[in-house]
Amino acid sequence: MSEAAVAIRGLRHTYPGTRPVEVLDGVDLEAAPGAFVSLVGPSGCGKSTLLQVLAGLLAPDAGEALIEGRSTIGEPGLAAYMPQKDLLLPWRKAIGNAVLGAEIAGEPKAEARRHALDLFERFGLAGFEESWPSQLSGGMRQRLALLRTFLVPRHVLLLDEPFGALDAITRREMHQWLQEVWASDARTVLFVTHDVEEALILSDVAYVMTPRPARMAARFEVNYPRPRRPEIVTDPKFVADKARLLAALDGTSPE
Amino acid sequence: MAVEVPSLPRTLPAWGLLRRTGAAALEYAPALVLLVALVGLWELMVQVLDTRPYILPAPSAIWDVFAEKGHLFPAHIRTTAVEAIAGIGAAAAGGVILAVLIASIPIVRRVLYPIAVTSQTIPMIVLAPLLVVWLGLGIEPKVTVVGLVCFFPIVVSTVDGLASADREMVALVRSMGASRLEVLRHVLIPSAVPSFFAGLKIAAAYAVIGAIFGEWVGAQSGLGIFIIRSRSAYQTDQIFAAIVVVALLSIALFVAVHLLARVASPWKYANDQGENGS
Ligand SMILES: Nc1ncnc2c1ncn2[C@@H]1O[C@H](COP(=O)(O)OP(=O)(O)OP(=O)(O)O)[C@@H](O)[C@H]1O
Ligand SMILES: [Mg+2]
Repeated sequence: MSEAAVAIRGLRHTYPGTRPVEVLDGVDLEAAPGAFVSLVGPSGCGKSTLLQVLAGLLAPDAGEALIEGRSTIGEPGLAAYMPQKDLLLPWRKAIGNAVLGAEIAGEPKAEARRHALDLFERFGLAGFEESWPSQLSGGMRQRLALLRTFLVPRHVLLLDEPFGALDAITRREMHQWLQEVWASDARTVLFVTHDVEEALILSDVAYVMTPRPARMAARFEVNYPRPRRPEIVTDPKFVADKARLLAALDGTSPE
Repeated sequence: MAVEVPSLPRTLPAWGLLRRTGAAALEYAPALVLLVALVGLWELMVQVLDTRPYILPAPSAIWDVFAEKGHLFPAHIRTTAVEAIAGIGAAAAGGVILAVLIASIPIVRRVLYPIAVTSQTIPMIVLAPLLVVWLGLGIEPKVTVVGLVCFFPIVVSTVDGLASADREMVALVRSMGASRLEVLRHVLIPSAVPSFFAGLKIAAAYAVIGAIFGEWVGAQSGLGIFIIRSRSAYQTDQIFAAIVVVALLSIALFVAVHLLARVASPWKYANDQGENGS
């Protein structure tokens, strides 16, 4: 079981067009099974592009992308993917959206529903099971999208800024909650974020990307004991690490 | 003395419907007033100029047709309505299947789409008599005419709807390992529902006229044949009465499709304001 849950080697990609956009310029990344790995980078550097490759939705120009040893190129469905937009299906009620992935994976409907209903409470969505997506707030929609991703029966989760639309308080709750869930079900998480603090609170490993065309600028091991409380942000060691991460981000900003 | 009026709970579906019906009545009031004025003017002109009834009957004479010969209508209405509904139903079923094939198989799109477009250039006036030759004097040629008239708007709108599905939603569902058929079922078809109904509304407006056209060439009963017989007998008042019935039948079909659209896309009316959705 030494095989990485997620492995990326020499990934390159340029979006073609009249003005081609070179996005990934030889990106390497590795996530051990069960690890929580964050990906931090400036806006527009190619984080979402990277996740789309791992989701099997985008064939890169060169390089390898493996989920549990299998190439994702031309093969979607190996990981549970949460896009940056919530992309809830407007014609399905909240509960119907939550079970979508489980349903496509062939789980029995009644069981998937029961499982989902149990989690509505924990996601702060209790009472909205039968609402249409258009009746939910932005933050609720995002939590529902996260719930849907959790219910996709895969070992690897690819989360593209899952808390981007949440306020600071809900975000902090979700951090606590995500740590609990992650600790209890041993799945590998690849977590894209802009937020350096968020990356430090949640991760075992944090990667920092350069601006476009992106490469890995730095890799940090984050070894604070778990569970990590919200107060950790005032811990001197945390503050120092945050400064180092920010420096890595800044050091890569174009002059 | 204050009277306790039991207030209707605002969440009751009936309340929204009632409110909307009231709003609709207000909205269409000016049109109604204009219509009444025009009919009044028409009546006045016919009376003053003493127009002969076989040229232009007065509205009151048309009303008399309903009063005196109203019993003639139900059988004809039934025939024409059955033809129209059967035709539009067949067109909807066939249209959706063809639209799905066109949208998902490129070769079908390249082969069938041009043929479907070309088929619309054949004038019904040429086709209808031929259909009678081929299919006889029964209901079949009429249903075929209605089907052919309704088919095109349904196919075109549904293909548009299928093609306008959110690509990112398709990608999301594919990332879950969905097959092409599952993508169709979970994303493409639901996305096309509103467009399909937009096409069906256009078809509904044509369906009754199509049935009448089909009857023109030969039929035992139906509003079309009723009009032809009335014309041969110089019963112009009956023709006008039939026109009124045809209009009402078309409107009824249109409203039915509208209600069906609401039932089939509840998410568009979730906030029940009456103005979202088209
Ligand atoms: N389909 C596309 N076609 C062409 N260019 C694209 C496409 N998608 C993304 N890009 C470009 O590629 C670059 C990287 O986009 P990407 O979405 O991966 O960035 P990101 O790191 O996720 O940014 P953010 O943090 O703002 O979400 C951007 O400059 C964007 O304009
Ligand atoms: Mg992004």
